[in-house]
Amino acid sequence: MARAVSNNRKLLNTVIAWTIGILIFFPILWTILTSFKTEAQAIADPPVFLFFDWTLENYEVVQERSNYARFLWNSIIIAGVSTILGLIIAIPAAWSMAFVPSKRTKDILLWMLSTKMLPAVGVLYPIYLIFIELGILDTRIGLIVVVMLINLPIIVWMLYTYFKEIPGEILEASRMDGASLKDEILYVLAPMAVPGIASTLLLNFILAWNEAFWTLNLTAAKAAPLTAFIASYSSPEGLFFAKLSAASTMAIAPILILGWFSQKQLVRGLTFGAVK
Amino acid sequence: MATQQSRSAARMMLAPAVVLLLAWMLVPLIMTLWFSFRKFLPLRGGDLGFAGFDNYTRFISSSAFWPSVQTTLIIVGGVLLITIVLGVILALLLDQPMWGQGVVRILVIAPFFVMPTVSALVWKNMFMDPVNGLFAHLWKFFGAEPIQWLSQESLTSIVMIVSWQWLPFATLILLTAVQSLDSEQLEAAEMDGAPYLKRFWYIVLPHLSRAITIVLLIQTIFLLSIFAEIFVTTGGAFGTKTLTYLIFQRVLESQNVGLGSAGGVYAIILANIVAIFLMRIVGKNLDT
Repeated sequence: MARAVSNNRKLLNTVIAWTIGILIFFPILWTILTSFKTEAQAIADPPVFLFFDWTLENYEVVQERSNYARFLWNSIIIAGVSTILGLIIAIPAAWSMAFVPSKRTKDILLWMLSTKMLPAVGVLYPIYLIFIELGILDTRIGLIVVVMLINLPIIVWMLYTYFKEIPGEILEASRMDGASLKDEILYVLAPMAVPGIASTLLLNFILAWNEAFWTLNLTAAKAAPLTAFIASYSSPEGLFFAKLSAASTMAIAPILILGWFSQKQLVRGLTFGAVK
Repeated sequence: MATQQSRSAARMMLAPAVVLLLAWMLVPLIMTLWFSFRKFLPLRGGDLGFAGFDNYTRFISSSAFWPSVQTTLIIVGGVLLITIVLGVILALLLDQPMWGQGVVRILVIAPFFVMPTVSALVWKNMFMDPVNGLFAHLWKFFGAEPIQWLSQESLTSIVMIVSWQWLPFATLILLTAVQSLDSEQLEAAEMDGAPYLKRFWYIVLPHLSRAITIVLLIQTIFLLSIFAEIFVTTGGAFGTKTLTYLIFQRVLESQNVGLGSAGGVYAIILANIVAIFLMRIVGKNLDT
């Protein structure tokens, strides 16, 4: 509902919006800044904002002390593989519901969404027990499966809303021209579906990366991803602000950047297409 | 029209997702139900037999139960109120013409991508620490006694942290809705001399009602089960024990699986009540 307004009004909007934007962003900015300070400067009173001796020391310490690379690797593997596995299972399902809908399609979609609402804590112990029985407690495989399953409904839904927008006439035209099912998928659908699949991949990678209930409760040392790595800083290491900041920055930087790229998909994915 | 052959192919393609989700839902659910009727203490004798509704009555009559429900409701209610009110204001603001709109939007959305354990720890230590936190410096600067945020004002602190995490989500969805608002209608109302508040109340707010409902329901589902924020800040102390956290403590800390499972069944019932409303709204949208 953008309308033409005077430059004065525009200036006022700009000032207010920027102030609020920076205030909201401030905790992240402050964390990034603090990660380059020494411990003494990090707790200096009055706080120093920009004029301090920038150092990379904290990053080195965090790297050395806590085997950061292993947590990072676990996060990448768990988020990455669970998202790709989810896509492999979800793409055919979403495709069939979007292009060959039946009377029950709507019910199936809603039911899938409803599994997302099962509170994790309600089934924590059974999952824990199953994990022990199968010997997959504190393994990446176990977490990949669980994270894939909790995100699967969102992946199916996102893909479904994207696929639905591919016009059915094109499919019919290609069928008239004698395209087989394989040709239809490979040459007609795939090119049109790629953007939707890409944004689904992005958003679900972010959700998987930040998942912090199962990753905290089902890992100990071997398979712990970054969520658990950061949680280990809760005390007493958390009192070393500069190191905490360096660790935090390392944990959120990749996802923050990915997130900014996928903000539009976020609305679509998390509201299941109900707000456009 | 789909042929018989493509129908059966479609069913085959749908099957893996349905079977997996069905197993993921039913197996743990049945186990939880089973445990909730057993006296089950893994570290003190294991499964000690049938307990009837004992776990259910004990869970509900324990002194920690009602406070935990109250805490849950305060956190969910507080965060919803803050994120929706501020979210509407921010969405309207961000829709106005300005310089650098894209950058502001990126700044506002950023907190949503910060993992819950990080945001809880950063707030707990760097802002709310009573000695070295930024708030303590600020309070001292104005000559006030610093607040012991996470012990004295524990619930307020948690609500603040969680609101900061969820405000971007509310803003983004409300902004999407604001952008689809019919500007001609608003201009006509403005010409007729309707003051801003009236225009907001009679045109903007009704238009946003659907988006607000969506935010309300989706956030409620996620907020009912917040865990990491409490796990790393107070560990459930100082009156911040939510229903989720209480069940977690019963199951994993005191290893009383029967009791915890009964609590889990209560949590599932609670979430389902919310879910039914969400399903109705999303379901309606599917027809259009």
